[in-house]
Amino acid sequence: MADITLDAKGLNCPLPILRAKKALKDMASGQILAIEATDPGSAKDFESFCSQTGNELVKASEAAGVFYYEIRKP
Amino acid sequence: MAQKRLAIIATKGTLDFAYPPLILATTAAALDYEVTIFWTFYGLQVLKKNRNLKISPLGNPAMPMPVPMPVLVQVLPGMESMATIMMKQKMAGKGVASIDDLMEMAIESDVKMIACQMTVDLFDFKHEELLDGLEYAGAARFFEVAQQADIVLFI
Repeated sequence: MADITLDAKGLNCPLPILRAKKALKDMASGQILAIEATDPGSAKDFESFCSQTGNELVKASEAAGVFYYEIRKP
Repeated sequence: MAQKRLAIIATKGTLDFAYPPLILATTAAALDYEVTIFWTFYGLQVLKKNRNLKISPLGNPAMPMPVPMPVLVQVLPGMESMATIMMKQKMAGKGVASIDDLMEMAIESDVKMIACQMTVDLFDFKHEELLDGLEYAGAARFFEVAQQADIVLFI
């Protein structure tokens, strides 16, 4: 269950990542940020973002053109 | 883990080429890099408070056009403004950030901006015309930044 949900639908690279980073900044350790995006490039980008920043990508899925991610702040 | 550093030299001042340095800088900052952009030559246009960046289809046969357009038509007065308006509309429609927004986000995320003093003088730009909080320096300063950087890009 996500603590905060970020609507990044309609935004293109690099905005979903920048908005996610901003949202994570205000969150507490262990909290989960959910992100909804429509940028198809976001799938690889969120993987890379998490592997480089120590955040954990706990969920990544896609349904009807909307990509859904859950990221846990370390 | 030591903080990674990115140094970019940004030399271009058209609307389209203002994007790569700002997209890479803001993304690197989101990845916890310490980022410095050294703006020189036409790149200084991106630092203007009242920036009025344009794109030109001239000399750029790779630019996708809505209809095929002979070069002789592209040189007509007003074509540059028209191409710029169309590009801005397309970008907004596709959810691409504006240069103003990206610059604001870059500054918010502590991207360090250095303006090349030599080209500021060359083009007779005043410091007041350019964004506040810039550092003014030359090539030697860039090398000081570059030799500390993990990644150096020339754009």
